[in-house]
Amino acid sequence: MSINIVQGVETDQETEAIQEARRQVEICNACRYCEGYCSVFPAITRKRLFAEGDLTQLANLCHNCRGCYYACQYTEPHEFALNIPKILAEVRSESWETFAWPGGLARRFQESGVTMALLLTAGLALFFALIQFLQPESGRGFYAYLSHGLMVALFAPAFLLPLATIAISLRRYWRSVGGARVRLSQLKTAFLDAAQLRNLSGGQGQGCNFEQGTRYTDRRRWLHQAVLYGFLLCFASTSSATLMHYVMGWEAPYGFFTPPKLLGVPGGILLMIGTAGLAWLKLRAAPELGAVRVWGGEMAFVLLLFLVAATGLALYAASGTAAVSPLLAIHLGAVLTFFLLMPYSKMVHGFYRLAALVRDAQQKESTQ
Amino acid sequence: MSEVESLSRQDWDVVVVGGGNAALCAAIEAAEAGCRVLILEGAPEPYRGGNSRHTRNFRCMHKGPLSVLTDSYGEDEYFDDLMLVTKGETDEDLARLAIRSSEDCLPWMEAHGVRFQPSLSGTLSLSRTNAFFLGGGKALVNAYYNTAEDLGVSVAYEAQVKHVEVRDGRFEAVQAEIAGAPCRIRGRAVILASGGFQADIDWLARAWGPSARNFLIRGTPYNRGVVLNDMLEQGAESVGDPTQCHAVAIDGRAPKFDGGIVTRLDCVPFSIVVNREGERFYDEGEDVWPKRYAIWGRLVAAQPDQVAYSIIDSRSIDLFMPSVFKPDQADSIEELAEKLELPPDKLKETVVHFNAACREGDFYPTELDGLATQGISPAKTNWARPISEPPFYGYALRPGVTFTYLGLKVDRTARVSDAQGRYDNIWAAGEIMAGSILGQGYLAGFGMTIGTVFGRIAGQEAAAHVN
Ligand SMILES: Cc1cc2nc3c(=O)[nH]c(=O)nc-3n(C[C@H](O)[C@H](O)[C@H](O)COP(=O)(O)OP(=O)(O)OC[C@H]3O[C@@H](n4cnc5c(N)ncnc54)[C@H](O)[C@@H]3O)c2cc1C
Ligand code: SF4
Ligand code: SF4
Repeated sequence: MSINIVQGVETDQETEAIQEARRQVEICNACRYCEGYCSVFPAITRKRLFAEGDLTQLANLCHNCRGCYYACQYTEPHEFALNIPKILAEVRSESWETFAWPGGLARRFQESGVTMALLLTAGLALFFALIQFLQPESGRGFYAYLSHGLMVALFAPAFLLPLATIAISLRRYWRSVGGARVRLSQLKTAFLDAAQLRNLSGGQGQGCNFEQGTRYTDRRRWLHQAVLYGFLLCFASTSSATLMHYVMGWEAPYGFFTPPKLLGVPGGILLMIGTAGLAWLKLRAAPELGAVRVWGGEMAFVLLLFLVAATGLALYAASGTAAVSPLLAIHLGAVLTFFLLMPYSKMVHGFYRLAALVRDAQQKESTQ
Repeated sequence: MSEVESLSRQDWDVVVVGGGNAALCAAIEAAEAGCRVLILEGAPEPYRGGNSRHTRNFRCMHKGPLSVLTDSYGEDEYFDDLMLVTKGETDEDLARLAIRSSEDCLPWMEAHGVRFQPSLSGTLSLSRTNAFFLGGGKALVNAYYNTAEDLGVSVAYEAQVKHVEVRDGRFEAVQAEIAGAPCRIRGRAVILASGGFQADIDWLARAWGPSARNFLIRGTPYNRGVVLNDMLEQGAESVGDPTQCHAVAIDGRAPKFDGGIVTRLDCVPFSIVVNREGERFYDEGEDVWPKRYAIWGRLVAAQPDQVAYSIIDSRSIDLFMPSVFKPDQADSIEELAEKLELPPDKLKETVVHFNAACREGDFYPTELDGLATQGISPAKTNWARPISEPPFYGYALRPGVTFTYLGLKVDRTARVSDAQGRYDNIWAAGEIMAGSILGQGYLAGFGMTIGTVFGRIAGQEAAAHVN
């Protein structure tokens, strides 16, 4: 049976962004000049019709490297008005809002850096108050300010519940893009792509066009990987501390030559460099090649991550001084905010990106 | 001091007219030889790069695997390919010079910022002969502008050159309008790289006849041949048939200018093509489409109103590259005819007649399958399958002009001459002189080869003259 290419696969509930993305992607499919930049274009050429789920998948595959904008002979003022990085960014952020649970929260935090700052202030106030009023009688290190039990009671749910809602969102995503059962080889491909940020490499390692117009630079890839690996190191640091605490009965504080510090200090430094760098790039990059609507929320998120890393390191540097108490409150407030916002902020892109890469690996396999 | 004043006040070594591939290659060579170079690009910055920004590859000779090119492609094979399409209307000396130099061009291009990629999906047949630009021609143009900027080349946009001042065989200055402000810019040498005249519809109509007003122009609206005309009026030697242009059949709904690659339609071999009266007029299955799409430009141009309609049924809709505009669709031929504003009865009759002439046999969309009609004229000699399975689809076709052949005659050093002999300090490169090599027809990827080879030669020669 032949597909009905005139009637297409549109549905009534589609947003304007989806319709506009379809219009643009169909032009690309007739052109294909950008095939060498990233996985998005080969994924386009595998299709002729683009259902909403296909466009959602393409959008989450796009890393906003902007190569295809500067290379396009059809950007405005041309009447075809192509701007693939922008429209895919819009579909992408919209899709996160649609899939988020509970709905509505994501929209608020993605759009408004101010809301994020308000939540942060509330988080800080909470910890100042806790330290003020619930400081334990005894305890070593940080536990002299907040009891271990209280910290666990707060952070375990604050970490696990958001993860659970992300799992719900990912399921929704997976259904919408028609994902199949995941195989190990597909996971491997996806993780390798993410580990190298292959889709931000410009296709040949020359880098992307994020902040320097038509000139390629690899800065964004390096800085993003500083954030990614810095974050993973910090995560490993916390995990190792948890293990040491529960399994080995070895309680904080830890000296420098212990896993939590050996992982956490370089992790924190990488995270600071990476987030500061990404914020700087974001200021230099043209906002109209991304989703303008969520610029503020994205920027606030990068700064929040910077705050988490900076206060974490400062806390270590300040050990034994009077600064620990306020620094601890700020650090924990920032971490709590960060955890709570995982499903509703830019942080969630990592999860969707991986899912999209896995789906892409599946689609590649099925056309081979 | 305004930009225009400051540009006019300086003595440039080399003034380059145009801002496409040929101009940029020339400017880069001259700047690398130490010249102070000014590029005058007639288009505003977003549209810089002329037709070059619509390209996707260049054809390159190579003795063994080279960059993204597989196997080898020798001088003689390249030359034979060229002779085949130009039917011998080729200047052998210049053509062989272009072909031989193309091998050096590829590494030069890479060294100046151009990136290549393996041939695009659906163009595997070109992976040996044509090197594709990563991101297409606009990415190439961007890379060259960046390289030129790094070399200190100055660029003025919206800088339309109106007149080249020549006295006693010597170029002295160009008269231009920069963002509407008239100015006179002096230089010690000039390189003319401002393309053909295909965007001047009046000129096309004078050359081809009034039907040319219905042609679509596939590339930039800025190549109006102003400089070409000015030089010809001053007696520069010309070459190439002034009445001819290269036209292919493209989607009839494409924009008047600048529709570029996406307006191509590859459905013709699997279709029947009728004119406004609903009648077939040529063998749609004569050969594989890339070898035929250029003659269809002329064929459609010869039909009433310069329009034709390609009609397929549902079995063929997936056999060709997707097109940018959706076809008209209907469940019966009559209904489709109404949508396309064709006479329904006549179209029905043509289809019935055609279907009756189709015979049993195997249909292979990717090769000449010999599945031909019997007993109708014109015959369809391959892929002749009845148009019988609804829904039916129809696409309008119009001639889309790629370039014109009339150009300035140059020698091996890209130097322009008049009846008295070579001008002292005037060179030309790219489409504006391509007629010196290519008298008719076209070989995919050869336009960029000519522009790169002769742009580089012109830049080197002009620099040698100045230094
Ligand atoms: C849709 C399309 C696809 C093509 N694909 C290919 C391909 O894949 N491979 C290939 O080899 N060839 C291709 N060609 C042909 C190719 O585009 C040309 O051969 C080549 O670009 C010519 O380069 P050029 O520098 O001479 O002209 P252009 O790139 O057209 O540059 C001419 C420049 O002159 C400027 N100009 C014009 N008049 C003036 C003036 N009076 N004053 C100042 N500036 C002026 C223009 O603005 C423009 O910048 C294609 C053509 C089209 C239309
Ligand atoms: S972004 Fe532009 S140049 Fe790239 S594939 Fe799409 S239409 Fe072609
Ligand atoms: S912006 Fe970059 S990653 Fe996104 S589609 Fe374009 S080339 Fe691909």
